Amino acid sequence: MSDRGEKARTSGRDRPHGNRIGVYICHCGGNISDYVDVERVLEAVKDEPGVAVAKTAMFTCSDATQQEMAEDIREHGLDGLVVASCSPKLHQFTFREVARRAGLNPYQYSQVNIREQCSWAHTDDRAGATDKAIRLVRGGIARTRSSLPLTPLVVDTVPRVLVVGAGVAGLRAALGLAQVGLEVVVVEREAEVGGWVAGLGELYPHGRHGGGLVAGLLDQVRAQPGITLLTGAELVEKSGAFGNFQVEIRQGASRTVRADVGAVIVATGFETYDPPAGEFGRGRPGVVTLPEFQRFLEAGTGALVYEGRPVRSIVYVYCVGSRQGPKAGGGNLYCSRYCCGAAGHLSNRVADRDPAVRQYHLYRDIRTYGNLEAIFTESRNRGSVYIRFDESEPPVVSGDAGAGEPRLKVRVRDLLTAGEELDIRADLVVLVTGMVPRPNEELVRTLKLPVGKDGLFSEIHPKLRPVETVVDGVLICGACQGPKNSSESVASALAAAAQGAAVLKKGYAELDPLVAVVDPERCDDCGQCYPACPFEAIERVPHQGREVASVRRAVCKGCGACVPVCPAAAIDLLGYTDEQIRAMIDGLLKETA
Amino acid sequence: MPDRPDGGGGPEEPRILVFSTNNISDPGIDLAGSSHLHYPPGVVVIGLPCTSGVRPEWVLYAIQRGFDGVFIAADGEECGYLSDCTERSARIFKRAQDLLTEHGLEPRRLKMAAICSVCAEPFVDHIREFSAALAELGPVTAAPVEPGSGGSAPTGLAQVRKGYE
Ligand SMILES: Cc1cc2nc3c(=O)[nH]c(=O)nc-3n(C[C@H](O)[C@H](O)[C@H](O)COP(=O)(O)OP(=O)(O)OC[C@H]3O[C@@H](n4cnc5c(N)ncnc54)[C@H](O)[C@@H]3O)c2cc1C
Repeated sequence: MSDRGEKARTSGRDRPHGNRIGVYICHCGGNISDYVDVERVLEAVKDEPGVAVAKTAMFTCSDATQQEMAEDIREHGLDGLVVASCSPKLHQFTFREVARRAGLNPYQYSQVNIREQCSWAHTDDRAGATDKAIRLVRGGIARTRSSLPLTPLVVDTVPRVLVVGAGVAGLRAALGLAQVGLEVVVVEREAEVGGWVAGLGELYPHGRHGGGLVAGLLDQVRAQPGITLLTGAELVEKSGAFGNFQVEIRQGASRTVRADVGAVIVATGFETYDPPAGEFGRGRPGVVTLPEFQRFLEAGTGALVYEGRPVRSIVYVYCVGSRQGPKAGGGNLYCSRYCCGAAGHLSNRVADRDPAVRQYHLYRDIRTYGNLEAIFTESRNRGSVYIRFDESEPPVVSGDAGAGEPRLKVRVRDLLTAGEELDIRADLVVLVTGMVPRPNEELVRTLKLPVGKDGLFSEIHPKLRPVETVVDGVLICGACQGPKNSSESVASALAAAAQGAAVLKKGYAELDPLVAVVDPERCDDCGQCYPACPFEAIERVPHQGREVASVRRAVCKGCGACVPVCPAAAIDLLGYTDEQIRAMIDGLLKETA
Repeated sequence: MPDRPDGGGGPEEPRILVFSTNNISDPGIDLAGSSHLHYPPGVVVIGLPCTSGVRPEWVLYAIQRGFDGVFIAADGEECGYLSDCTERSARIFKRAQDLLTEHGLEPRRLKMAAICSVCAEPFVDHIREFSAALAELGPVTAAPVEPGSGGSAPTGLAQVRKGYE
């Protein structure tokens, strides 16, 4: 790049490129050309300033066309590439690679979307779609003309991972990482590992004992010399950037452990909803939450006796603390996933012990997806009665029983028998409580974890990048991210382990160069951008005897939120610079006739 | 407004510039196309990483250069970068409207709505409504400014290298 840079400077412009651009317009086999006159688009853009080669192709993504582009790049010495085809979500990577292979800087390629955002949206207006495609391609050319050759920042990565939380998710992630040869430091806040599962008895769906499962995992963890397990410990400090974080862990009152890690996996789990006194009779003797009920069942054998009284009738109230839509007063909107299965499963364990116990399940909807359906079917077959209520008219729990009667009374309107009102006597009322986020403000602050509206940690993309967060190198898994049962938690833990290993096993990572940059000449250190960056990527540095803002490239996430807050217009987001946006606006407006 | 260049007659549809976001609203706009939901072809999109990165000056420039309106397809609560993206976007929106007013342009030429990654129909509804409102408003009366006016100087290579250090 240096000799090109020289040339640029001697020609008086600090930009050596943008003058030899290749433009490829795709028919997409008819998906575009049936609605857009691609030959007219070619005619209209081939003489745009800077365009050296312009072509149409039946499929720009085909091997043959990719080959042709690479040859053109070399033969014509192209320094910019514009591909007008489908959405950048589909082939941006493909064409960046074509550019790279042919020796063209991949960041001087622009994708123009003339399919999803043109031909397919205007199938009813060929002239309008063609006109728009011309504008869009001109916008892309303008953008490429003022693009800069950027190189990803390459950082060496430390082959060690910090796992926060030693529930099933954290333990299983640690094992997965150790098995591929990475070192792991596991930090657990409590004295014991295993999270919720350690305290649960027989689990659905396979009847394995939770405590036994955790003991088995812990044995395997202990057998791995690469895993350091710290209990009674918390992460207190994190610095550095992806690939090379420095973390500080406080164990107990006095011990501090420091480690360098390449990535962090957060597996801090959840709490269960704790209904306030009065909600569904909470506070009355015999009204228990699902975890309380589970512990009660675990503690005994044979016929059920609760607080000295035989249990003959149990009422379950579902969706307590979950799915609180507007009709239910708002709150947690999500379904907690595990509870329908867990409650059905426990009702079957009750039937194992005493088939004569009458069990009533008051529900809004039953969500026993996949194999959990078998639990629901078994529960009904063994005599459980399921009664559906409307969320705007929830069951009412009261306790006006006479002597020798079951203590509690539950009134519910049964939607499935034409709204008949039922009074059910119960010895126990089990509130089937959902999952809620575990308070973890300290950790959120230390790791800059993205928290969703529901209070749970958010991934970049639920389908395509389900365990990564916007903070490079910080991954999430298990129930801290959203309600999951234990097999789902473990599956996501292994996904996080694989994602972490995929990066760290290479030994280096490439960071996207589309970050913010500050022009130190223009910056007058007014101080407004520092607090605007939630990632603390902007720091104050000395510059020619004064202080200016500067972006730490490895920390910047490239959101651009600092750009509009700068009154001196000193900040640009690479790939989206002020000059590029204005050039695109002009390109998009140029008359097409 | 000029007649359509294809000679098809009828007044040209208002020109609308949309600022979308790569991960949230742009997929929603893509989905509108994939579902063959039609909207006026005078609508063109520039994608950015996040709504909080829209410079109010770009809104002004777009309208001063010839767009009839700007629509910010915001990522709202779904933003993967910023938990307060909605508040930031609202401030940007306000500043941009003030800028338009200062330059004698109708603040109604800017509209913003959160568009999620599957919000194809809401996008199309917003855009059709906005397009109709702009048609009623009529063309921008102020003379267009020169290309590049009001812009900051290009980000030079030297500066980029600085940013990389
Ligand atoms: C009553 C009940 C019954 C259930 N029954 C079943 C069942 O039968 N089958 C099934 O599949 N699932 C069941 N589940 C769901 C199951 O418990 C969860 O899927 C599982 O616990 C999720 O694991 P996790 O590791 O993500 O979270 P957790 O189990 O919550 O573990 C998280 C760990 O992280 C630690 N931690 C939190 N914050 C920090 C911090 N800042 N620093 C360090 N450590 C921290 C916690 O102390 C804890 O040890 C049940 C849940 C409940 C409540």
